[in-house]
Amino acid sequence: MKAGLIAMVVAGLALMVGLPQVLDLFGIVQMTVFVAMAMFALSQGFLWGFGGIMSFGQAAFFGIGGYAYAVTALNMGDSTVAVMIAVAAPMIFAALLGYFMFYGRISDAYIGVITLTVSVILFELINSTSGSAYHIGSAELGGFNGIPGVPPLNFPGDPSSPLDPEQTWYAAMGTLILVYILLRAILASRFGRVVVAIRENETRAMLLGYDPRLYKLMTFVIAAGIAGMAGCLFTNWGGFISPTVFGLTMSAQVIIYVLVGGLGTLIGPILGAVAIQYLMIEAGSQNVVDPNLGLGVVLVAFVLLVPQGIVPTIRDKLLPLRKSTRRDLQATETAEARQ
Amino acid sequence: MDLVGLLGFNVVTGVATLVLITLGLGVIYGMMRVINLAHGEFMMLGAYTAVISHQAGVNIWISMLVLPPLLVGVVGLILERTLIRFLYGRIIDTMLATWGVSLGLTGLMATLFGNVVRAVPTPVGGFSIGRFGASLYGLVIVVAAVASLVAMLALLRYTKYGLILRATMQNPNMAAALGVSPPTIYMSAFALGSALAGLAGGVLAPISGVSPGMGAAYIARAFITVLGGGPAIITGTGLASTVFGLINSLVSFETTPIIGDVALLATAIVMIRILPQGITGRFLRRSL
Repeated sequence: MKAGLIAMVVAGLALMVGLPQVLDLFGIVQMTVFVAMAMFALSQGFLWGFGGIMSFGQAAFFGIGGYAYAVTALNMGDSTVAVMIAVAAPMIFAALLGYFMFYGRISDAYIGVITLTVSVILFELINSTSGSAYHIGSAELGGFNGIPGVPPLNFPGDPSSPLDPEQTWYAAMGTLILVYILLRAILASRFGRVVVAIRENETRAMLLGYDPRLYKLMTFVIAAGIAGMAGCLFTNWGGFISPTVFGLTMSAQVIIYVLVGGLGTLIGPILGAVAIQYLMIEAGSQNVVDPNLGLGVVLVAFVLLVPQGIVPTIRDKLLPLRKSTRRDLQATETAEARQ
Repeated sequence: MDLVGLLGFNVVTGVATLVLITLGLGVIYGMMRVINLAHGEFMMLGAYTAVISHQAGVNIWISMLVLPPLLVGVVGLILERTLIRFLYGRIIDTMLATWGVSLGLTGLMATLFGNVVRAVPTPVGGFSIGRFGASLYGLVIVVAAVASLVAMLALLRYTKYGLILRATMQNPNMAAALGVSPPTIYMSAFALGSALAGLAGGVLAPISGVSPGMGAAYIARAFITVLGGGPAIITGTGLASTVFGLINSLVSFETTPIIGDVALLATAIVMIRILPQGITGRFLRRSL
């Protein structure tokens, strides 16, 4: 376990330092948005793969994070507090929403529907805020056109020295590595083990004295904070944010990253995000077929044919027999518990 | 007084719209516990059917009320056979797969017809409530909604097919032991729900622009209403549509339709805390 974590972190650091040496400026900027999407995928991957909570509207938190950053940075001219608010605002919103969902003890399907609906309605709401009447402080929300000219990140506490694109890359990749370490630490902790136990068998965890509602709520809030951070990086990347961040395509994309990369792993969603983003950019350069069609086909194909995702499928093929039997046993147990 | 009349008319139309857009989703969820995330796109297909057949010279009423349910019913049938039937019982997987279908259909229609908004003319004129003008089309929506509800109720209560549907819903194994084939029933129920979605799309085509992404405008309200309704398909849809339609129309009237949707969502979220199983999960449990 420890060796794997160290290997991942070393690989991440190598990429962080190495990529600017081999890529031109455009490539680095491109990679920065990949990193934002990878972080978004980590949020969904943690929530779904480990918490067993299916959010169909994770874009809501991504968008709230992005908008919170844009509004705060425009008002204060300094990104230090803006980044904190970009993480805190989605967490507060998730805590409120999660309270009603998890303490109402609604089923997984209902959680999916409610989260989806929340993101759709946030999209409509922000979309309708065009005109100077809708503003928070000095930042106009701009409706469908979004907020242009969002100030970039600056060195903490020093608004006069904004980061250049290369420094933004270091900041983004560094944050991704930190979030990855944080999630590994959470999963290794007592809290993380209870979260996974609840995913495996909620009733049994409850009988052992853990309150699934509280643990699920906390998982949901943590994931929302990570999504908010991803939204903040995304806004930074373009200096711009528009309501499309709340769109259904956004939520669908992040689910596809996780589904393709692999459920129940942390590296899977990251790889899935980078791979799908790359393919989307390639596909976006042709104008014959609408990209949604491709996303839809990928989603259906993976649900039907590779429901575990690529990373776990490969891992199970490569692992020695001893380990895979143990995993099979667990899988059967889970299947029985679910019935 | 005129204002009250207009407001009343708006509320009734709002409730009827909710009934229309929710019923198909409710049938599929109530029968198979499948949440069809492609519901909005089924409506979109229905609306496109209306637009294209009207342009081809078909009578407007036929192209709105007859062709969409037929075509979308067939699409639903095909999807059920090729995709959904493999996923029964895996509720999250069905949601993911139908979402894939939803994206795929949006993309397909955008590729075929372009991302432009088309329109169907409203086949009826307007009338006045005192000082205010209102569209007679609202009445068409109300009639369509009431007719669908009554037809579904009659189907479920008074026909042999309805009896078999209800039996399969309650206990598929027992129904199978008595000689019913649950997969066939599921197939027909999915087609029925799809047809109702197509009808909703056809009826609403004249008042909402027809574009590949139009489904997204309806699904939020439709899903909330199904959840709010609870296990009884007809009573649940009717009651939840009334409650949510009332709130939505009144708030929309005071502010904007967007704030109306926000109020709808907020009500629903508070309601799931009090009634996690929906309205008919606690009240009128023995209704249809």
